[in-house]
Amino acid sequence: MSAVVRRVGLSLFGPLLAVLVALVISALVIALIGQDPIEAFSVMVDLGDSPAQQVQSIVVILNRAVPLFLAGLAVAVAFRMGLFNIGVEGQYRLATILAAAVGAAVVLPGPLHVLLVIVVAMGVGALWAGIVGVLKVTRGVSEVISSIMLNFIALGLASFLLTGPLRGSPPGASIVTTSEIPESGRVPGLNGLLTAFGLAEPRSSLYGFLPVAVVVGVVVAVLLERTRFGFDLRATGLSPSAATASGVDARGMVVKTMLISGAIAGLIGLPDLLGEQFDYGTEFTAGLGFLGIAVALLGRSTPLGIALAALLFAFLDRAALPLQFADIPASVVTIIQGTIVLAVVIANEIARRLALRSAERAGAAAGSGPADDGAGGGAPPGDSPDGGRRVRTGVPGTPEDVQA
Amino acid sequence: MKASAQAVALLLAGSMALAACASDEPDTDAAAGGDGGGASCEELQVGLAYDEGGRGDRSFNDSAYTGAAAATDALGGDLQELSPNDDASNRDQLLTQLAEQGFDPVIAVGFAYDEVIGEVAPQFPETTFAQVDGSNADGSKGENVTGLIFAEEEGSFLAGVAAALKTETDHIGFVGGVESPLIEKFEAGYVAGARAVNPDIIIDRQYISPAGDFSGFSDPARGQIVAQGMYDAGADIVYHAAGGSGLGVFQAAADSGARAIGVDSDQYLTVSDPALQAVIMTSMLKRVDNAVEQFITDYCEGTVEGATDRLNDLSTGGVGLATSGGFIDDIQDELEQYEQQIIDGTIEVPTTIE
Repeated sequence: MSAVVRRVGLSLFGPLLAVLVALVISALVIALIGQDPIEAFSVMVDLGDSPAQQVQSIVVILNRAVPLFLAGLAVAVAFRMGLFNIGVEGQYRLATILAAAVGAAVVLPGPLHVLLVIVVAMGVGALWAGIVGVLKVTRGVSEVISSIMLNFIALGLASFLLTGPLRGSPPGASIVTTSEIPESGRVPGLNGLLTAFGLAEPRSSLYGFLPVAVVVGVVVAVLLERTRFGFDLRATGLSPSAATASGVDARGMVVKTMLISGAIAGLIGLPDLLGEQFDYGTEFTAGLGFLGIAVALLGRSTPLGIALAALLFAFLDRAALPLQFADIPASVVTIIQGTIVLAVVIANEIARRLALRSAERAGAAAGSGPADDGAGGGAPPGDSPDGGRRVRTGVPGTPEDVQA
Repeated sequence: MKASAQAVALLLAGSMALAACASDEPDTDAAAGGDGGGASCEELQVGLAYDEGGRGDRSFNDSAYTGAAAATDALGGDLQELSPNDDASNRDQLLTQLAEQGFDPVIAVGFAYDEVIGEVAPQFPETTFAQVDGSNADGSKGENVTGLIFAEEEGSFLAGVAAALKTETDHIGFVGGVESPLIEKFEAGYVAGARAVNPDIIIDRQYISPAGDFSGFSDPARGQIVAQGMYDAGADIVYHAAGGSGLGVFQAAADSGARAIGVDSDQYLTVSDPALQAVIMTSMLKRVDNAVEQFITDYCEGTVEGATDRLNDLSTGGVGLATSGGFIDDIQDELEQYEQQIIDGTIEVPTTIE
């Protein structure tokens, strides 16, 4: 039991320490620019005076957190496999514009219409990410390089499509957009649900995509932690050569993982597209793919952690407004976000070393007797204690080692 | 009868507020009587919502601030500025919060507010809104929104004339920040102006980033590469409409011993490096500051009309060429002729590229 407590403690230790360090550094910076850190922090956590304002603040935070969560998930799935999908940005932008175009071009009964848009978005995202996977297994191209390069191609392509064949806005309009998705293709907001719970009606509409994101999160969690595929994926991430030796098809895993990562990436733009904008345009929110990397890092690539990280980032994002009303520069928020990411990398490393040391101690103690403290055994923190009980036949793995 | 009684009451209330020299009522009663106008100036609370980049961009947003600050200094009152988050996804929040907290007028800076202001303004019918670079002539954004728009193509036309008159190689260039309808207005005017002087002039035109990718406004390194290519190809004057990337254009001009034309503000005065200052032949001025200051002043005087546009063009001095440095003093006569012809309507400047 104490081993579990220690493990949970250690996996929480990193992010908590990171947030704490970031807060201390930010407090110092705020003090340096001549403001009161305590006042700044109290402004940030103040959600508003009236109940309507408070609900509104929470809706703003949730609406911001949903795409961040999906972006973090997309990055994390690849992370767990040891792949750096830097191309989430391009994947979601291309997926969103094509999904918007298809959604605007057809008229179907409500749920089918939405489903079609979702399928198109996931398909485009998966295909675009799949290129990265295929390049890696066939030509040995580093996924970091190819996914970054494909970002530029995706953005250029999206821009070409937007200003060319998919242009739906009248000529001369300052903001170029695709045609609007008709009513049947939109996801209604959840404000009715809020008022049903006796909460005040917020000004903005809570994204109807929120439950979809939760479902995606649960599916990813189950896939990673409770299926053989997830085990193969994590095993390959921890040690590609060991996984290959135990019969995991590493090449297939790379392509499949990129497809999944890209499919999730394709969803990132949809909460906004189907819940508020209804078209893709030059002002469509950019940069979520890159923020997703930070969110995935902070959330340690687990769905629950990513959800918390996304909420934290969304909370900080909203806090930038009240800070400005209090005459404190909003860059405070940027500083906090930046230091959190930096600190989380350092804290993860410290937590990893602590875990390693305690595992070594446990190993040394176990050496004298058959004590089964095994769950902790040399595995780095972050992976679940599912022990690695898997029967493997002696079939040798794929002859070629991709990593070579 | 009733109206005049109301006006007297308002006048009384106004003079009382003046005498007290303090705002005893946080809720703006005067503003609520919007049709009465005028009297709300005693507790002027201007809300300014910036475009991407926020305060400190040494360009567009700062220019709006200069105007708003000048107005609130002259008239008294508060100025609350808000910058959007990094990806500018919370523009609606900026406007909503300003209006909710009683700021009036609320001024949105940039065409990017086009959609958002049309959603927010109708929710606050008592608040007066204005949008810099956004048209509301048809009232589609609400009855309480005034568009502050600029004839960038007219100023750019003069920049093209100046470039064509000053070039020694009959080869000039244009660097746009982001390929968008707004920047294409600059390009269209510039090209038309240059061709008006010399129909055979070679004009290199290039954008730093494609539509939807706003990095082109804040990437001096790429601005420098693009401009350097033009100078290497033989251009000796390059006009930029690329916001912060313009510094790179000036750098390329300095490296090539050539010249460049600045944009928005008088960049000869705002660039701090003397080496870069020397290459800035002129700047196409877009007086966002004047437009904003005038709007706030008019708001106080109660002469603001919603659902209209205020066009700032050559005739109003809203756009024009800067003369700092004295590089274009010798061609002032020609420039004035063209300017007069544009104001007369003899020359019609295109707003889109053919």
